[in-house]
Amino acid sequence: MFPRPVEQLSPGMQMAYKLAVPVALFLWLLPLLGVAVTSVRPASDLAQGNYFGMPSGLAFENYALVFQNTPMLQYILNSFWVTIPTVIGAVALSCLTGFALAIYKFPSNLIIFFMFVAGNFVPFQILMVPVRDMTLQLGMYNTWYGLALFHIAFQSGFCTLFMRNFIKSLPFELIEAARVEGVAEWRIFWYIVIPLMRPAIAALSVLVFTFIWNDFFWATVLTNSPETQPVTAGLSSLNGQWIAQWHLVSAGSILAALPPVAMFFLMQKHFIAGLTLGAVK
Amino acid sequence: MSSAWKAHQRRLAPWLFLAPGILMFLVYVIIPIFQSMWISFYDWDGLGQAQWIGTENYVELIDDDAFYTSLKNNVLWLVLYMLAVPAGLLIAIFLNQTIPGMRLYKSLFFFPFVISQVVVGLIFSWFYAPGFGLLYGIIESLTGTGVAILADDRYVTYGIIAAGLWPQIAYVMILYLTGLNNVAPDQVEAARLDGAKGWKMLWYVILPQLRPATFIAVVVTVIGALRSFDLVSVMTDGGPYGSSRVLSFYMYEQALSEYGYRMGYGAAIAVVLFAIMMVFISGFIWKMWRDETER
Repeated sequence: MFPRPVEQLSPGMQMAYKLAVPVALFLWLLPLLGVAVTSVRPASDLAQGNYFGMPSGLAFENYALVFQNTPMLQYILNSFWVTIPTVIGAVALSCLTGFALAIYKFPSNLIIFFMFVAGNFVPFQILMVPVRDMTLQLGMYNTWYGLALFHIAFQSGFCTLFMRNFIKSLPFELIEAARVEGVAEWRIFWYIVIPLMRPAIAALSVLVFTFIWNDFFWATVLTNSPETQPVTAGLSSLNGQWIAQWHLVSAGSILAALPPVAMFFLMQKHFIAGLTLGAVK
Repeated sequence: MSSAWKAHQRRLAPWLFLAPGILMFLVYVIIPIFQSMWISFYDWDGLGQAQWIGTENYVELIDDDAFYTSLKNNVLWLVLYMLAVPAGLLIAIFLNQTIPGMRLYKSLFFFPFVISQVVVGLIFSWFYAPGFGLLYGIIESLTGTGVAILADDRYVTYGIIAAGLWPQIAYVMILYLTGLNNVAPDQVEAARLDGAKGWKMLWYVILPQLRPATFIAVVVTVIGALRSFDLVSVMTDGGPYGSSRVLSFYMYEQALSEYGYRMGYGAAIAVVLFAIMMVFISGFIWKMWRDETER
């Protein structure tokens, strides 16, 4: 193990380490904690210049104000409307492509694989004008499905990389044995490979959920009204209206961050496996 | 079923599995890249008739001060963002212990990466805000005068990059924590018996084994640096006086904003950014290709 386990150090050093970790964590999360405290600080505190001291009370009404006076609830629902279909679509597509690229040997296999990998790295701006124009032409501008369709297509790059590497690590003998038995290819996919891919599907779903929930660029390019805007774009426009009303900005920020954070804590094991398994093998 | 059909099926099958994914990816990713290159030779407002103007958009770029400001800031992002790699490694080493509650500590350290960049931008806007902000308050109490980081063209880009480093360091940290988990314990013990420790151990024994993690960390950091858009848009909207623009933001500003819809000019900026990123992407692909074909 590297570095040397603290258990081998003197008791004094062990104590020092056990103290240093929470202190470091506190400093690391200081900006976030500050915002969390501001989000429940009464507006009167801010008016009196009490920015950093103890709040004079817990003002959960800041959150109520955000819900009452802004379309925040609508924004959050819109985000789910875009995110959930994208997760399903991108994971389904990449199960198919990942299977094809991992199991079959054909001449253009690697070229297609690297087309997906390279496409996943391009700057969004090189796609912006044509994708926006196409979405407009198809009458899907400012709709949840217009945004979700683009996300499904773009995410299939990263997802294919991930799924293909995962399926490659499965024992190939299983598939060969099935072929010898005369099992059709699609049955091999459905009855043998898919059940083995459950952990990969879980990991990828959590990751894609977070990526799409947090997307801001495409939300601003492909939607423009509170009826369809996801929460990232909504929060940004609210920030323009709430000039220096930091208790509201903070409450809105915490609300927008909550779903992916909850997802992360519920599915932590899958999340970390996803980030690293797709990448570091 | 005849064996001829079976052989045929096995040749056809991959294409059937690939068809929907390839179709979507071509329509939304690959073809638009070439369309953008094409549009960059036009003068187009996105609605009316596009007019072919040859290389005029690129000629205009050469004399555009805002373009150079953005380009300079992109270089700054790229260089400073790389700090996420050693910083993430440092935190990973610090946390690679098994005291009670360590799992929770690690997840909490990872927290910033899970949050949207829009929220990160707002958090740091508050952190830096003159009068209200925590950092402003700290600087003021230490030196007597606060610094309005986001309103000062000397510091603004550094301020935004610092905000971007926060989630990026968390990401790199998690990559290295997994990497450290997979370091061969017998090699570490053997090196320890040989008297290796500290920096020497890290450099000669640990880092070589962390190479796959380092590769991914560098890839995601370079791509992340050049993709920076959300933070600039949320924290400063390119200001003050356009001093914190980066290419991705400047492109958006030209193509879709109150300054008018200059799709052709925007596309030309996007092509330049794409060309810069392709240098890095080709490098990554070349290395991954070599790893694939060697196996």
